[in-house]
Amino acid sequence: MDRSAEGIGEFAMLLLRRLLVTLVLLAAVALGGFYLLTDPRIVSPAPEIGALPAPDLENGKLLFAAGGCASCHATPGQNDRTRLGGGLALASPFGTFHAPNISPHTRDGIGNWGVQDFVDAMAAGIGRQGEHLYPAFPYTSYRLIPPKALADLFAYIRTLPPVEGRAPAHELRFPFNIRRLVGGWKLLFFQGGSFKPDPTKSEAWNRGAYLVNGPGHCAECHSSRNAFGAVIPATRFAGGPDPEGKGTVPNITQDEADGLGKWSKEEIAELLKTGFTPSFDSVGGPMADVVRNMAQLSDADRAAMAEYLKSLPAVATPPRPQGK
Amino acid sequence: MIRTAFVLLSLALGATAAMAETNPIAERQQTMKAVSAATREGAAMAKGDTPFDAGKAQSVFKTYADAAKKMPALFPDSSKSGGETTASPKVWEDQAGFKAAFAKFEADAEAGAKAGDLADFRTAFGAATKNCGACHEAYRIKK
Repeated sequence: MDRSAEGIGEFAMLLLRRLLVTLVLLAAVALGGFYLLTDPRIVSPAPEIGALPAPDLENGKLLFAAGGCASCHATPGQNDRTRLGGGLALASPFGTFHAPNISPHTRDGIGNWGVQDFVDAMAAGIGRQGEHLYPAFPYTSYRLIPPKALADLFAYIRTLPPVEGRAPAHELRFPFNIRRLVGGWKLLFFQGGSFKPDPTKSEAWNRGAYLVNGPGHCAECHSSRNAFGAVIPATRFAGGPDPEGKGTVPNITQDEADGLGKWSKEEIAELLKTGFTPSFDSVGGPMADVVRNMAQLSDADRAAMAEYLKSLPAVATPPRPQGK
Repeated sequence: MIRTAFVLLSLALGATAAMAETNPIAERQQTMKAVSAATREGAAMAKGDTPFDAGKAQSVFKTYADAAKKMPALFPDSSKSGGETTASPKVWEDQAGFKAAFAKFEADAEAGAKAGDLADFRTAFGAATKNCGACHEAYRIKK
């Protein structure tokens, strides 16, 4: 009686031990799998750039304006938009991001970067140490810029003054402070690849689609985001309540009520150049700075953006969530 | 008859004044509408859609200068919200900067009023209207 009970007890112990070992092994495999899948180079491989022709600095300068680089990276509190010391704070539901120094300073900026490092960051959201970059930096849009153009932009940034000093580290809540998790985010929400023109559309439309979706990264603000901070595709360009405050981000689809449905192409191009709406209101908030950037583009480029925006299907503005 | 008209007139004046006192949000929105109407006229001349008219040009800048003088007082503490205002809390956090922005707008408008030909007008109009975006950027919420 005693002996058999002991035997059963031993058997149960053995089973339990096996089960535990199996669970630990499974967890290890799962973790390993997650680790592998979220490796920056695996989840978001960057395009390899080979030999390139001499950089086109003019094109780089244009991209610098179209991309709005200075809007986040210029040192706050001074007017020189080529001093890219960083430090601007970006509030988000996950915590506060601080735009880094991207001046060509060798210690504090990107002075030691090679052009491939720059392409890694812009097209794949990978930092110089091979780490994931947070999508507060809109590589989700910038990835559409082809590697050759990114090399032009990099060459232009390298002609700007080096600025000393680093921005404060991001202040993110747990678990968002674990960079590796951005790998999981990329698995779910990030798609790589440069802009592919649509051969059935006009050259102007394609140029506009590229400028709006790529460097211009318009959808990054003019859309709603999900709980993970990713743009909800159905709300792309439809604007909505400003997640940073009490205002509203305008709808820039062809919606008649709140969007650009009643605007002419010329009126859209005019807003991008001067900041004036058709009723001669002047846009404010962060859009004033966007206009400052877009004003540096050519009339043809602004007209192309208008051409593309006029082709967007109408989407109703998402309502303000209750209690906000 | 004259007395009735006078009473009506003073009533109307009183009502307007009362509105300004009790409803600064409506008042400042009205003022901005006037600025926007003037800008429409100015832009048409600057672009050459309508012929340059020195008198019209002056009235554009006068509207700007009047608005610049009037606006800073239309943001009492009681008017931080309501009436679909798009004023940013920064208006009250940085009163000095807010008032300085209007002082600059007023100075640019007064300088513009001296423009006698189209070329001068274009330059002055461009300089004056740069204030719109600059001020809205800092002191107005997204809209």
